[in-house]
This record gives sequence, C-alpha cells and structure tokens, in this order.
Amino acid sequence: MSPGLLYALAGMLLFVMGLAGFALLRHLLRRLMAFNLVGSGTFLVLVGLAQRPDGEPDPVAQALVLTGIVVAIAATALALVLMRRWFDLTGRTRLDGEADE
Amino acid sequence: MTLNLLVAGLLFTPLAWAVVSLLIGFRAGRWLAGAGMVLQAGVTLGLVWTLTGQGGFEYALGDWQPPLGIGLRVDGMALTLVLLTTLVASACGLHAAGYLEADRPGQRYFWPLFWFLWAGINGVWLAGDIFNIYVGLELVTLAAVGLVALSGEPPALRAALRYLFAALAGSLAFLLGVALLYGAYGTLSLRLLAEAVQADGTGSAALALMFAGLAVKTALFPVHAWLPPAHGIAHAPVSALLSALVVKASAWVAIRLWLDLGPVLGSSGGAFLMGLLGTAAIVWGSWMAWCQTGLKKLVAYSSVGQVGYLFLLFPLTFAVSDRVAELATQGVMLHLISHALAKAALFMAAGNLIWAVGDGRIVSLAGAGRHLPLSLFAFGLAAVSIMGLPPSGGFTAKWLLLQAAWQAGQWGWALAVLVGGLLAALYVFKVFAACYVDKASGDDFHYPPRRLDLMPLGLAVMALGLGLVAGLPLHWMGIGGAP
Repeated sequence: MSPGLLYALAGMLLFVMGLAGFALLRHLLRRLMAFNLVGSGTFLVLVGLAQRPDGEPDPVAQALVLTGIVVAIAATALALVLMRRWFDLTGRTRLDGEADE
Repeated sequence: MTLNLLVAGLLFTPLAWAVVSLLIGFRAGRWLAGAGMVLQAGVTLGLVWTLTGQGGFEYALGDWQPPLGIGLRVDGMALTLVLLTTLVASACGLHAAGYLEADRPGQRYFWPLFWFLWAGINGVWLAGDIFNIYVGLELVTLAAVGLVALSGEPPALRAALRYLFAALAGSLAFLLGVALLYGAYGTLSLRLLAEAVQADGTGSAALALMFAGLAVKTALFPVHAWLPPAHGIAHAPVSALLSALVVKASAWVAIRLWLDLGPVLGSSGGAFLMGLLGTAAIVWGSWMAWCQTGLKKLVAYSSVGQVGYLFLLFPLTFAVSDRVAELATQGVMLHLISHALAKAALFMAAGNLIWAVGDGRIVSLAGAGRHLPLSLFAFGLAAVSIMGLPPSGGFTAKWLLLQAAWQAGQWGWALAVLVGGLLAALYVFKVFAACYVDKASGDDFHYPPRRLDLMPLGLAVMALGLGLVAGLPLHWMGIGGAP
C-alpha cells in the first residue's frame, strides 16, 4: 500500500467520524469541531489521492487544499460569531426544539 | 480586451462594491448600489452582445492557464443565468433600499453581503471547473447565512445556524466528490472531465457524493428542513434573493454535472431516485405550504415544492432519445428562470403586505385587498406562473416537461407536474381568500412607500410574459461553449 493511499484512507476515516459527530452531537461548539474534522478528512483524501506517477507532490492538489482551508476558516469564523451571539442572547449552547419547525 | 472588461465587471466590481460599502454604511451604500447595478446591467448587455455575435468562449483569469489558474466557461446557459441574476438581484436590491430600516444596527452589513452574494453567484454561473464551483458555492452560502442573521435576533440566529450547518455538510460532501474525481481522472475542468470519465465505481461514488451535497444545499426533500425557517425569517428582499437565486445556484450545478457527466457515470436507478425525491418534494412542499399559518412560511414551503420540478431532469434525460432530453432540459431551465422571477416577486409582495398589516400571519391579511391592491396584484400575477397557467413562463416550462414525459413514455412524472400545479392553486387561493375577507375595523394600515410595489410587479410581469417570449432565452441557452 502506497503512503498516498494510506493518507486517503485515513482521510475517509476522519470524514466518516466527523460526519457521525455532525449528525449525533447537539452542542454547537462540538458540531463545529466535527465540521472541521470532516474538512480535514476531505483535505487528506484530496492530497492522498492526487499522487503523480513520478512520486513528486502534486502542486494543484496543494493549491486546492490551501484554498479549501481558507474557506473552512471563514466558515468557522462565521459560525463562531453566530454561536457567540446566540449564547449571549439566550444563554444556551444548543439549538433546542430543532425538530418542531 | 473587451472580454477582460466584461469578466472584471461581472466578478470583481461586485467584490469591490462589497468592501467599499462596508466602510460607508447603509445609507450611502444605497447610492453605491445604484451605480453598481447600472454597471452590472451594462456589463450584462455587453455579454449578450458578445455571445450572440461570436458564440461562447473559455477564459483564463489573468492569463493564468488552468489547472493552476482559474478557467471560466462562458456559454449560452451562463449568459442566460447572468442576465437573470442581474434582473432579480437589482430588483431585490432596489426593494431592500426602501424596505429595510436604515438605522437598525445590523443593517450596515446588508450591502457588503449583498455584493458578496452577487459576486459568488456570478462565479458559480461562469466557473469552468468543479473546484471553483465549490468556492463559488461557499461564497454564496456564507453571504446568504449572514443575510439571514442580519437582524441579530435569536430566531434569525437559530435559522442562520441551522442553515449554515446544513450547507457546510453539503459543501464538504461536494468537496469529497471533487477530491475523488481529481484523484481518479487528474483534472478538474468540467469539459475535460466529460471527455475523460469512464463508467467505474470511483466516478459514480464521487458523483453520488456531489449530488448528495447539492441536494442538501438545494433543500431537496427530505433534506429541506433548514429552508423554511431561514427563508421565512429573513427580511423580505433577502428571502427573495435566497429563494430566487441562491437555491438555484446549487440546483444548476447539479443540472450541469448531470448533463456533462451523467450519461457515463449515472445509472437509471440513481436518476429514478432523484426524480422520485423531486416528486416527493413537489407534493410535500406544496402540501406543507397549504398548512402554514404564516405568509412568508407559506411562500418558503412553496419553494421546497417548486425546487422538486428541477430534479425531474434526471430521469427525463437519462437513456432517452435526444429529442426528449432536449425538451426536458429546456423545460427545467425555463422552470428555473420563471420560478426565480415569480418567487422573488412573491416574497417582495408578501413583504409589502406584512408591512401594511404589521403582522406576518395569513389571517391578519383581512382587508388587504382593499388597501394594497398593487402588491396583491403582483402576488397574483406571480402566482399564475407558480401554478403554471398560460401564458406564464411556468406554463411553458411545465408544458415542455409534460411533452418530455409523454414522449419518453414515463407517465409518472407528468402526473407529478399536474398534481403540483393543483396543489399550488390551493395554497395561492388560501392567501387570496384571507386578503378579501372584509374587516369592519380595518383602519390600522401602514402604507409602504408606493415605489416598493414596482419591483414585485415588474418581476411578476416578466414571469408572466416569459411564456410568450420563451423562444429567446431558449435560443440563447442553445449557444454552445468554446469550439
């Protein structure tokens, strides 16, 4: 098994773990961390699968992951701002009564 | 040279307006927005002129060639959608300029987010590769979530957070699909992918992941639960933008992926499943719309139903004759356009009605028929297109879909189209019944500024007239990409 494939499989594992957390957890901060885990898993898959035959790293995959990290940070920051405001106004750490709307 | 200016106008000036309007506040931002809209209109006309003259083209931003540079694919479909965006976003912006109260604390962020949204949407229409589609969709999502949360009140925050989490999960599923496709075929360009893909497990899994992600972002049944609260709680012009354009961006990515990669990577089972979910969305969304007691919630659930029609594309273009596939594609694209026009009009008219009676419940609309005839007229005209009655764009779209289903011998989808129209008539009638109840003590009316009637009216007339001039957008959409 090549190291690249190993990275990709580890990435898939992280993706699934994060997704499970995303679906099961209700605490807002934990859901956000689960989202970041899913993101890291995706990036690992992206880098791990994109191996060139000569063994050199693929610059395109790295550029993509870099862009992806920037997007993920922006999304995380937005989520944190909204969550802080939600906590300040309601004193709650989860979105209760989700099912009823 | 002209091309440089056109692309710069479409993608970069909105970003510049976003940054500048962050500095100058809401009031001055209105003037900047007016100037920006005029520029967008000019650029859009320039693009129409260029494309009808010389046909579609591919464009490398800053002369950096793909794969490291960003390649744009400018064809007739992209042109039509850019034109739609310019029309709808301008109408929503003009409505917001009069509708939003300038002195609320969060309001200074409206124009920056509005322009970021516009840039992102244009980016999605023009993107030529799947990674930049992802970036465009993310820009759209982040701006849209910010717009939902604009008021800063707890209900809006909750809706925004639910929206954000759902959309992020969808994005990452999409991105994982991008990673798998790049790993398998070594290219991101849609055009090269369409040539390179072979029927294998990796490609199909990637496509399934991407469609799952896009389904969440488009609020396809059964992953639609985030949409009604978000679209119901946002300010009316924001709801109009979200329902008319934001949902369409991810839907259109799904359409484009399916048309490019579906013939090789798709399966009849997958296509049937998407059609089935679309049908369920039509029935469930329309039914839930009828059950609502809040006016904007009703219009929001109507979006859940109307989005379902777009997914009838999948079964009606897979393993059928070219003629049927063409009819279905035209029908779905026409539905996308007419629903964007009509739904933006519905939300803005609903906003005016709520302003007038000071209450978002449908029963409170009693007497509105006498006091606010123009808004109600706009609501009615737009509803004609939603119901799919002639001569509206909605009618022509459904007629094309019916013909496609007939010729393909797939009767079930035709039935879905017809049932959807009947259910739409039910919930539209519910609103009108409430508006024409005469109220004895009905003097507590706040008249919104008269000019706010113009935007929904204009868009509603366009949705209605689209059926008469449907040949023109269909002709434009036929303009191919780069030779």
